[in-house]
Amino acid sequence: MNDRDAREIKRLQWQCRRGMLELDLLLNHFLQHGYAELDSDARQAFERLLGMQDQILQDWLIGQAIPADAELTALIARIRAAIRTAP
Amino acid sequence: MAAARSLPHRHFDALIIGAGGAGLNAALRLAAADLRVAVVSKVFPTRSHTVAAQGGVNAALANALPDNWHWHMFDTVKGSDYLGDQDAIETMCREAIPTVYELEHAGVPFSRLDNGRIYQRAFGGQSQNFGGEQAARTCAAADRTGHAILHTLYQQNLRAKTHFFDEHFAVDLIRDDEGVTLGALVLDIESGEPLIIESKTTLLATGGHGQVYRTSTNAFINTGDGMAMALRVGGPLQDMEFYQFHPTGVAGKGMLITEAARGEGGYLINSEGESFMERYAPNALDLASRDVVSRSIVTEIREGRGCGPNKDYVLLKVDHLGADVVHQRLPGITDICRVFLGIDPAKAPMPVFPTAHYAMGGIPTDRHARVVAPARHGPEEVVPGLYAAGECACVSVHGANRLGGNSLLDILVFGRAAGTDILSYVTENPHHRSMRDAHLEPAIARLARWERQGEGERVADVKAELRRLMEDHCGVFRDQATMAEGVEKLKALRERIEGVRLRDHSQTFNTARIEALELDNLVDVGMATLMSALHRDESRGAHSRVDYPQRDDERWMKHSLYLREDDRMDYKPVRTKPLTVDSFPPKPRVY
Ligand SMILES: Cc1cc2nc3c(=O)[nH]c(=O)nc-3n(C[C@H](O)[C@H](O)[C@H](O)COP(=O)(O)OP(=O)(O)OC[C@H]3O[C@@H](n4cnc5c(N)ncnc54)[C@H](O)[C@@H]3O)c2cc1C
Repeated sequence: MNDRDAREIKRLQWQCRRGMLELDLLLNHFLQHGYAELDSDARQAFERLLGMQDQILQDWLIGQAIPADAELTALIARIRAAIRTAP
Repeated sequence: MAAARSLPHRHFDALIIGAGGAGLNAALRLAAADLRVAVVSKVFPTRSHTVAAQGGVNAALANALPDNWHWHMFDTVKGSDYLGDQDAIETMCREAIPTVYELEHAGVPFSRLDNGRIYQRAFGGQSQNFGGEQAARTCAAADRTGHAILHTLYQQNLRAKTHFFDEHFAVDLIRDDEGVTLGALVLDIESGEPLIIESKTTLLATGGHGQVYRTSTNAFINTGDGMAMALRVGGPLQDMEFYQFHPTGVAGKGMLITEAARGEGGYLINSEGESFMERYAPNALDLASRDVVSRSIVTEIREGRGCGPNKDYVLLKVDHLGADVVHQRLPGITDICRVFLGIDPAKAPMPVFPTAHYAMGGIPTDRHARVVAPARHGPEEVVPGLYAAGECACVSVHGANRLGGNSLLDILVFGRAAGTDILSYVTENPHHRSMRDAHLEPAIARLARWERQGEGERVADVKAELRRLMEDHCGVFRDQATMAEGVEKLKALRERIEGVRLRDHSQTFNTARIEALELDNLVDVGMATLMSALHRDESRGAHSRVDYPQRDDERWMKHSLYLREDDRMDYKPVRTKPLTVDSFPPKPRVY
């Protein structure tokens, strides 16, 4: 991870602090163990995702709904996969 | 760190620390009356923990079954194991009805009955006619009541021109020599710049502190900041030994696995495959009361019959119920297990451990949400200019145990009460008092301490150790020896905080600094919890001790008060007299 990534991750870390534990766990974990591998389009999608309301994020990430935006759908799949594979 | 003199100051009539349901309902009352109101929140307001409340909010509307506020009051007093203050409980149960209608008018989309009235569901602990038939008292906006309430209140506050300081972290309260609260020192998380907010009144509405336990349902933000701020200005915390645990959380993570799993026929097993609840509760089995199930789980683990490589959880089985039942009746649990554990509960058992859920204790207040503390003229003298409401406060409506649906109610009713009282306080005290550099020093010193450079322990390591310590020594299994050892360990850990250092001293988005300040807070509320629990040698409500299994009304019908100075305990009587009706005297609490 380079310095720019490290700074970016610090900024995003606070955006990953949410009102629900499930979101805290999934988003923070992905930020530490998945974000660095994203290309710039996917990073923008991650920012978009963080701009969503908690309840909507919860529905998407836990699997009760699917976003209309295909990029977000793909990202959500990565976030869900990361929580089970990375340490 | 900047010298006190050079810091920017902003002036408001009211400063509200916390943008959950409690803070926003207070702010709305004030902004609507044209006061200058500042709301400070460490996360964006609609990311406050209130958003997680799914079950609903209680009010005796009598839409589904007969009901009235007096029955609601009886249930709440009984649920509190008679430790709740009956004047506050009467206030809450009466106010519940207009509160819910007010939310309805404000646009909260409550679920409806066929006749168009607000739908009400039945929850445990709700009765008709003072302990009779089941009542249905919980109003819900589908399964997103907290979300609906929070968003509605936030929108209304924007319209009323409440001034929001989003992503600002309150560090400490500022007081003058007479003990009057003058505002707070806050930190802009993005820029790292400190700011002084001067205000005629200050409301603490910072929510709970579930993060003090390793396994908790609470979000990361719930670190007891407001409670610790109150302690640091010399105030007490009340009834901190009463913390509600849920028996089945996902082990190592904390999310709830609802009682419905056991209600549908699920049961717990240990490493030997034994259905161990048969030994602890031969009749009720896995549906025994929450504290019995929680303690049984921990006892199994303590005696070496835990599952997994570290033998630190038990298993909850629903796989015998068949995929149809599991997937259709327990969809939420199915999803959680798939995402976090990679298992299908219809095929594999779930690792579970008791999870910390809700704080009954907190900053003592009267029913106008004014902070009270022991002083010259008695145990409940009003601290001028300081208010507290919501989960960080102890008014005390939940006493030794909270009923489901009563905490959203608590935050709304007493948030609003705070607003009402602040209005009259500001009318009577229209001027800002003068703030001198000396008043700022303690707060600035705390910030400066984390600027120290060099080698030292890491915040994350000490925090993990603290959470583990609290779980092991002041969780659901409580006896003298376990807790006394916990106090000693926590005192040692508290000393070590001096040697903890930040690696990162940059300004912008220095989340490490915020986490360090939160750690200070967690240590303080942890000590308040342990000390209060150690001293109460009886079992009441959520505080159940193996060595003192009975409730002892003769000695313990009183509130605990913990003070930070010398880790001192003090006590004050329960307010057993309601406002207009007769008292409910203590009775054995059987359901
Ligand atoms: C999973 C879950 C489900 C629940 N379901 C229900 C339910 O169905 N019914 C019910 O009645 N109750 C329920 N509860 C309990 C209820 O949600 C909470 O008790 C209640 O929402 C607390 O509201 P609050 O306004 O006191 O605080 P919160 O909503 O927690 O808000 C605290 C605010 O303080 C701010 N803050 C904290 N520290 C600082 C600081 N240092 N500086 C600046 N800002 C700060 C935060 O940013 C936040 O805005 C549930 C709890 C959980 C965990």
